[in-house]
Amino acid sequence: MKLCTVMSVLAALLLSACASAPGRADDPFEPLNRAMYAINKPIDDHVMRPVAQAYVDYVPKLIRQGVSNVFGNIDDLFSGINGLLQGKTEKAGNDFGRVLVNSWGLGGLIDIASDLGIPKGNEDFGQSFGYWGIPQGPYLFVPLWGPTTVRDGTGSLIRVWYGPVGYIPYIPFRNVLYGIGAVDLRASALGATSLIDQAAIDPYTFVRRAYLQRRQYLVYDGNPPPEKDD
Amino acid sequence: MFIRNFFHYCGALILAAAALPALAQEAPDAMVKRTSSEVLQIVRTDPKVQAGDQQRIREVIETKLLPNFDFDRMTALAMGRNWQKATPEQQKVLIEQFRSLLVRTYSGALTQYRDQTMEYKPLRAEPAATDVTVRTEIVRSGQAPVTIDYGMTKTPAGWKAYDVIVGGVSLVTNYRDEFNEQIKSGGVDGLIKTLADKNKGATGKS
Repeated sequence: MKLCTVMSVLAALLLSACASAPGRADDPFEPLNRAMYAINKPIDDHVMRPVAQAYVDYVPKLIRQGVSNVFGNIDDLFSGINGLLQGKTEKAGNDFGRVLVNSWGLGGLIDIASDLGIPKGNEDFGQSFGYWGIPQGPYLFVPLWGPTTVRDGTGSLIRVWYGPVGYIPYIPFRNVLYGIGAVDLRASALGATSLIDQAAIDPYTFVRRAYLQRRQYLVYDGNPPPEKDD
Repeated sequence: MFIRNFFHYCGALILAAAALPALAQEAPDAMVKRTSSEVLQIVRTDPKVQAGDQQRIREVIETKLLPNFDFDRMTALAMGRNWQKATPEQQKVLIEQFRSLLVRTYSGALTQYRDQTMEYKPLRAEPAATDVTVRTEIVRSGQAPVTIDYGMTKTPAGWKAYDVIVGGVSLVTNYRDEFNEQIKSGGVDGLIKTLADKNKGATGKS
């Protein structure tokens, strides 16, 4: 139900953007995306970023590490699933091995697998779709979520929808977990965002290109075909 | 006798000095490794850098990092086909402004790399190659490693980096979009002005 709502809102936004003039091939909804970026900026500056910064400043590192590990454990599970979806059995084996080992460590609170030297994977549904040859589709900037594409965003929705947190029946607790997950994620990107403000002439363009490059790189497992010079 | 020996020694010295540039032609991966470990060492031990002393940080970047970059090539690549549209004077200013933008960015980021461990991948290149990619990785426990690759070119003054690719994101490619956009709306001079404004102000347009 929730998924349907999100999807229909997204679809409505996309349709309304179609009315405007076509722009870049990879970002046909640029005017809409820029509007979303502009909406997100003050929210991030005044809420998300300060909260994430406070989290880093006041919560002991050991606890933050534990939180990251728990969410990382869930990531490993999905990385394993997506490794299988792409036929990368060895990588998937590592990911599932990590989940098996780490779930013994207080439900993923302690990352024993890394100490054992089992490398962490980073496969996701968007990469699987890309691996299967599905094009990335238009670029999207979603407030509170960040840069994505139609392909990757669909993958993320599947991921959130089937994630274990979604199965927690007590909704306030579930929402708190989503909140902590969001803060954990934002905190991990604090360094990157201050760098973007320093480096970018137009942060919107900068983030878009960086995101698309990064995704292309991940889909091709570090060996993307060379870009056209233009 | 003494004089003859003296000249002999002088000759040997001059020969040795002439051989120095040849020694300076260290392999590209060796250069990246030496530079990174030198800079990391400074970041970890220099109290001024740790205290965030901008002047000292900039000094470290100017003396340790910048000599290893080919900013002419970097700027030309970031400009793409627009490079030919710029006059030699504009090109000169662009190189200068792009250079200071990168120095500013690096100054802000340098102290973030304190606790990093670098790993250096073996160089896979022909001995006669003049353009290579040096691959390194930042290893962080419990997280997927971040790759940092350097696109490097052989110049008469040794190997120089012209691109940095972090986790698959090429700096030059990223700036090409930015430059293109600025040039489309305001021409080459518009881009120069935007860069200069950003470099002058403490915070740019954001």
